[in-house]
Amino acid sequence: MGKPHDHWLVRRTTIRGLWIVFSVVLGATVAAEIIINIKGYSGLDNWPGFAAVFGFFGCVALVLISKVVGRVVKREETYYDDGDPP
Amino acid sequence: MIDLPPAIILLLGAILVAASRGVLRAAVVLIAPLATLAAIVQVPDGVSLTASFLDKTLELVEGSPVRRLFAGVFAVMAFGGGLFAFRQAKGTELAAALAYAAGAIGVCFAGDLITLFVFWELMAIFSTVVVWCGGGPGARAAGIRYAIVHLLGGVILKVGITGLMIHTGSTDIRPMLATDFDTSMILIGVLLNAAAPPLSAWLADAYPRSSPTGSVFLSAFTTKTAVLALILLFPGEPLLIGVGLYMVFYGIIYALLENDARRILAYSIVNQVGFMVCAIGIGTSLAINGAAAHAVAHIVYKGLLFMSAGVVLYRTGFAKCTDLGGLFRTMPVTTLCGIVGALAISGFPMTSGFTTKTLISEAAKGEGLAVVYFLLAAASAGVFLHAGIKFPWFVFFQRDSGLRPKDAPWNMAAAMLFFASICILLGVAPGTLYGWLPYPLDYDAYEPGKVLFYLQLLLFSGLAFFLLLPWLARTLTISLDLDWLWRVLVPRMALLLERTVHHARQAAAPALAGAMRALRTTAKMLFDADGVFARPWRIGTTGLWIALLLSGYLVAYYL
Repeated sequence: MGKPHDHWLVRRTTIRGLWIVFSVVLGATVAAEIIINIKGYSGLDNWPGFAAVFGFFGCVALVLISKVVGRVVKREETYYDDGDPP
Repeated sequence: MIDLPPAIILLLGAILVAASRGVLRAAVVLIAPLATLAAIVQVPDGVSLTASFLDKTLELVEGSPVRRLFAGVFAVMAFGGGLFAFRQAKGTELAAALAYAAGAIGVCFAGDLITLFVFWELMAIFSTVVVWCGGGPGARAAGIRYAIVHLLGGVILKVGITGLMIHTGSTDIRPMLATDFDTSMILIGVLLNAAAPPLSAWLADAYPRSSPTGSVFLSAFTTKTAVLALILLFPGEPLLIGVGLYMVFYGIIYALLENDARRILAYSIVNQVGFMVCAIGIGTSLAINGAAAHAVAHIVYKGLLFMSAGVVLYRTGFAKCTDLGGLFRTMPVTTLCGIVGALAISGFPMTSGFTTKTLISEAAKGEGLAVVYFLLAAASAGVFLHAGIKFPWFVFFQRDSGLRPKDAPWNMAAAMLFFASICILLGVAPGTLYGWLPYPLDYDAYEPGKVLFYLQLLLFSGLAFFLLLPWLARTLTISLDLDWLWRVLVPRMALLLERTVHHARQAAAPALAGAMRALRTTAKMLFDADGVFARPWRIGTTGLWIALLLSGYLVAYYL
């Protein structure tokens, strides 16, 4: 990925640009709370940026849980060996 | 026009498809669902067709807004799936898929539980055929496991229906709660088709083994007819809230662990149906509207996602994330449609997922179910994580796999673009759907605060995805589910039992031989030609024995 002759979308400069744009958009969604009021469920989620923090850490928690569950349930693809093509 | 029930029109279409070839078959595949749709729209409210069976009156067609809504979207799905598949799929698969859809539409209009049961089993049979059309030993075995689970579910449902018929004398489809044995059996039978725990594994086991076109049909009908059945039979059953939440998180966790792109989508069906089941458990008119609306949106975007995964499999022969990547270069239409489906399933503003899923969250909020509300919000973030970004990222971007497949054939592209435009239409103009919902709805989907809340939630989930990418690297693994119990544990126990019996017999062999010898010697001594009982006995001795036995009997009688 990132060779100069490759598709423009995967060039290093484009990806850096995308990160910058994405970060600006992220910041903008939180900053927008200055003008747009999010009517929360209770006092807790009325804090500015609550949804951002909740979404981010919710996902981190889900990935961590999936890692733990994965330790128990993950097996080789051939585990059942019922004639499935690899 | 002849007054045929919509399901019968589609069933006749299926028979025609099975009997025809070439252009005629293609025409029937495309026209039959549309003719069915025309009939569905005309079904009036209330019972419009009955038949007598034994001493019962069966209500073959009963209309209501929610029934017409589900049947209508099933017909649209059959049309879209037919358009997607008619040039690539086998005739058997197309015919089975239409018959399967006919079963689903039959369930939608079933006015009593017996009619429902008949169409329910029709779905089970023909969906199994669709799974088998995947070809190969893997599909055959998965199809048999699928059929066993569904036939078992059918038996459980039948036990419930029969019980209800005996105890109440009625088989009418009406709201009930799972308060006794009969209604509990019906609930279990229906939930089994919704892929509820503990039997969720059949879905992710069977659907990804079907053909690239077959999975499009499979994704739509079975689980969503179960959702409709729950709406009609168990609205407000509190148990469903917990069941739904479990399904939501089960789907996310398993999809995060999965490598096969179509299995990721299969797990996310369980996840999405979980939202609907939870809404039905909440049971208010807003929640039921949410469940119905979300089911409609879900059928379309999940069909779209399976289409884009199907095109990739059809063109490259691969379905695993570890084999794919970088396909956006040569498959722009498929990539674009895949992304639209992914955004819709994540509930991004301007897509159908946003205008329907938020109804469910609102309903939880309205009922004061704080925990449910926050769990659903976390799950919405999780959907973006496991399906919204993971699916398109690993299939179309990620890295350059070196694959340069052609984009979708024209009919597949047309089907995808058709469904993608529905996803956007329902997102941009939700009123088009809201008017068809079972209850009147006064709801502003695009209240600025709500949009901002979901934008923050989803975009920061996106950030989490890209920051956690190293942890999400795909591995060549599968994830065990509860079906491990009968796929591995039961065979192992049977083998163990067989071995134990074998060893025990070997260990006991000398003793057994000795016992047999002793038995033979005794038998010979007693019954042989010169044995004890063959000897001539004197009359006196015989008389003495008879007297002794009779007095013994006399004594025993008085005791």
